[in-house]
Amino acid sequence: MPAEQLPEWTALAPAYILAATAMVLFVIDSIDPDSDNRNLLAGTAIVGTLASVGVATWFLLAWGSGTGPGPTITLFGEAVVVDGTSLFFTVIVTTVTALVLLASYDYLADDPHQAEYYSLIILAATGMVLMASSNSLATVFVSLELASLPSYALVSILKRNRGSSEAGLKYFLIGALSSAIFVYGISLVYGATGSLILSDVAAALDEGADGFEGLLGVGVVMLIGGFAFKTASVPFHFWAPEAYEGAPAPVSAFLSSASKAAGFVIAFRVFVEAFPLDVVAAMGVDWALMFQVLAVVTMIVGNFAAAVQSNVKRMLAYSSIGHAGYALIGLAAITGGNPGHDATVLGASMMHLLVYGFMNTGAFLFIALVEHWDVGRTFDDYRGLARTAPFASLAMAVFMFSLAGLPPFSGFASKYVLFLAAIGAGYWWLAAVGAVTSALSLYYYSRVVKALWLDDPIDGTPRVDSYPRGIYVAIIAAAALTVLALPAFGVGFDLAETAATALFE
Amino acid sequence: MMIEALIAVALIGSLVVLASPDRYAAQLALAISLIPVAGSLWMYSAFDGAGNALLGGDIAFETGPITWVEVGDYALQWHMGLDGVSMPLVVLTTVLTTLAILSAWTPIDERQSQFYGLMLLMQGSLIGVFAALDFFVWFVFWEAVLVPMYFLIGVWGGPRRKYAAIKFFVYTNVASLVMFIGFIALVFSLDVTTFGLPEITAALEGTGPTPLATAAFFAMFAGFAVKVPIVPVHTWLPDAHVEAPTPVSVMLAGVLLKMGTYALLRFNFTMLPEVAIEYAPFIVALAVLSVIYGALLALAQRDLKRIVAYSSISSMGYVLLGLVAYTVHGVGGATFQMVSHGLISGLMFMTVGVIYNATHTRMVTDMSGLADKMPVTVGVFVAAAFGYMGLPLMSGFAAEYFVFVGSFQSDTLPNHGMALATAIAMFGIVVVAGYLLFAMQRTMFGPFELETDYEIVPAPVRDVTPLLVLLGLVILLGIAPDLIYEMIRDAVSPVLENGGDL
Repeated sequence: MPAEQLPEWTALAPAYILAATAMVLFVIDSIDPDSDNRNLLAGTAIVGTLASVGVATWFLLAWGSGTGPGPTITLFGEAVVVDGTSLFFTVIVTTVTALVLLASYDYLADDPHQAEYYSLIILAATGMVLMASSNSLATVFVSLELASLPSYALVSILKRNRGSSEAGLKYFLIGALSSAIFVYGISLVYGATGSLILSDVAAALDEGADGFEGLLGVGVVMLIGGFAFKTASVPFHFWAPEAYEGAPAPVSAFLSSASKAAGFVIAFRVFVEAFPLDVVAAMGVDWALMFQVLAVVTMIVGNFAAAVQSNVKRMLAYSSIGHAGYALIGLAAITGGNPGHDATVLGASMMHLLVYGFMNTGAFLFIALVEHWDVGRTFDDYRGLARTAPFASLAMAVFMFSLAGLPPFSGFASKYVLFLAAIGAGYWWLAAVGAVTSALSLYYYSRVVKALWLDDPIDGTPRVDSYPRGIYVAIIAAAALTVLALPAFGVGFDLAETAATALFE
Repeated sequence: MMIEALIAVALIGSLVVLASPDRYAAQLALAISLIPVAGSLWMYSAFDGAGNALLGGDIAFETGPITWVEVGDYALQWHMGLDGVSMPLVVLTTVLTTLAILSAWTPIDERQSQFYGLMLLMQGSLIGVFAALDFFVWFVFWEAVLVPMYFLIGVWGGPRRKYAAIKFFVYTNVASLVMFIGFIALVFSLDVTTFGLPEITAALEGTGPTPLATAAFFAMFAGFAVKVPIVPVHTWLPDAHVEAPTPVSVMLAGVLLKMGTYALLRFNFTMLPEVAIEYAPFIVALAVLSVIYGALLALAQRDLKRIVAYSSISSMGYVLLGLVAYTVHGVGGATFQMVSHGLISGLMFMTVGVIYNATHTRMVTDMSGLADKMPVTVGVFVAAAFGYMGLPLMSGFAAEYFVFVGSFQSDTLPNHGMALATAIAMFGIVVVAGYLLFAMQRTMFGPFELETDYEIVPAPVRDVTPLLVLLGLVILLGIAPDLIYEMIRDAVSPVLENGGDL
């Protein structure tokens, strides 16, 4: 049956499926609280997530199959919207979740909190999918919290591990602070415009802010603070290295890929829909300028900090901050005057987040594999691993080179298109900063490859005693997606650009 | 679709070999690599292109342009095709890869499946570099060559392999970035909607040496000069060569250096001829410097492999000299020299490798009188050396003859400047003859002596086979240069109409 003939309420099916899966996991857990039947729990979670991936992909392709943008379905009094952007990010979030769940099967084999772990991941994923569909500042906040609260618990799920608990606490405190700032920002925007629905905010601004420009400006700045936290952008990035390093590696993968993408989709939708740049810039609230500053600073801070790390996971954490800087170009290079250019830039940024989702998840899952082997965390501990684990090391090399933006991989295509779009919009200096920091990033990414493939182990071959199937499948799948995203780049970018065009209409 | 088929065979083959057990990897890789050889030879026989691919000629085996991604006002397209310049280079790539794989059977004794997988991966990318007619696709393949090369040097190389691999990687990547920025800046100044090389060439025609074009020219020139390499950015080459295992050296000298000269011809000399001619004195000076200085460096070496490595710098200087001459025989001869040098230097590296397999040393001072013990190998080395020096009826003679004739006639420099430069560059040949004869005399003739205590036996048939095949090709091209020179001339003539005079 074609997707167009389904009743409207089914448009949120990916989120419903995830929520239902979380409920099923709760039921299983309440029937048998001591169960450590990993096959049942992980299997349920993975099947549910894959079903959600499938439905979301189906909807997205159906949405993009026409010539122009597909239909926009609003539900619950316009509080929730399903369009190309929401479906695009739903695909990112659910795919990453599926990979993470697959890897968790082995990683958490000895953990006593199996059911809790899987249901928390699924709940957080539900929140992120809802973030992608939020059309009102109220739903934005609720879904943001639905994604955040399980994340705090997930970071500290290794209760007996001090690093994990510390990371969870830091993440929670900074998260709570930024939530407070964010919700205060919402209230100020409401005060200035009298509405929470994004399109109504825009309509109210269109008629002028009646002397509330200052209020609006402060509100917008506070909103940006909230997004910066969720996307781990400077200046609210401090939690990221701590949380990613202390958290179990699959959770780090989940947070740095899915959670970041979800933060970005909110930022994209809220700023493009609720605060049209040409209108608010005339009031003196030029958010594109703020994002330009943030993008440059984030690219520089993330990449330079990553270059000096000796711990691979921490290096990846900083690199993920750097990539937030690249994705921010999508908002920073918006001009407000030329919808065609703006949609290209935004679409390029969305595509970068998709590709980044694959490669970054894969890289963190490789860390999960290494942690599973327990061979250590520094570059030196990684030396010579390619001898005992060539396939995983090959996949890691693909992730590293792709993250660095080296041409044969999809990371190159997404950066190239992003910088090209920025130049097309007139922001050649944003592209220049991006290109220079990318060149720098090759240094620290290639250190991992060098350690894995070229260096000899310091004392004997690293102890690799098992080849856990779940993690391996997840890593190889992520590598395959990273490679295949290059030939399929045109299709993806077309969808992303069409979705972005719809946002600007 | 033939080009795509060849690339697909190489890439899929590399995955298959990567997954195969080490024991069969070598045989499997050889068998797979024969398919592109057969395919490229068939393409050569069925070649129906005419003119230059960038200047509106008939492109052979063309696919596309198919739009791949549209970014704002620009479309990235899949566009593949061959003309008389790229066709011989594709054949060179496939043939040399197969022979290099065969020559790897003896020296490569660990992690074979990975080694041969990477070799095939590199082959696929190299075909892509020579066949791509869209900048984006071309750049993807261009960089894709570096990654397997990095591993091939870094994992299977000699004692200082890590240093050499990283130096190679950093040098060429920085160079790529410089070139990339220069080219992109140039394209954005033009009124084009794609990154297709023919479109960009057409848009650039007659624009003259504007400041931006000049800046872009030098950015690209610097980027490609590293790859070629041209003095003074050549220092990565000896390190990479000395540390790389023999089959990798063969690919590096035989094909990878040609990427640089090919790109110079395609981008700098075809797209921006006015700038090239304006700054011809500078380029000619670099070319002559590379010839003479490279040869002198080779003269000073005591390691057989370093001698061959430095001699490549000198030979690539001839290519640059021929390119800047802007005459049929100059540019055509330069292209012919790319192929000829690919064969001869590949042959020299292979022979040195076979000698090393037996003696476990490459130091000129450590051995003498090898001719007695390894007659066939030494015979091939002598033949290759004479090919290098330009013995008539070998491809080296044809190539250098064309280049010299072409550059002698050229009037890109006033007051017979090109004739003077050519005369100076010709002395390079004397130096080449000097160091090769000197090295041969000390290592191969005279009484037998060897510092390392190894029993010297004639090389096995599988090591000698690729040597003989390559030698046969060198002689074949020397006797009948028109096998490829005809199509080369046909393809470079439009470049001259665009830039210089005939």
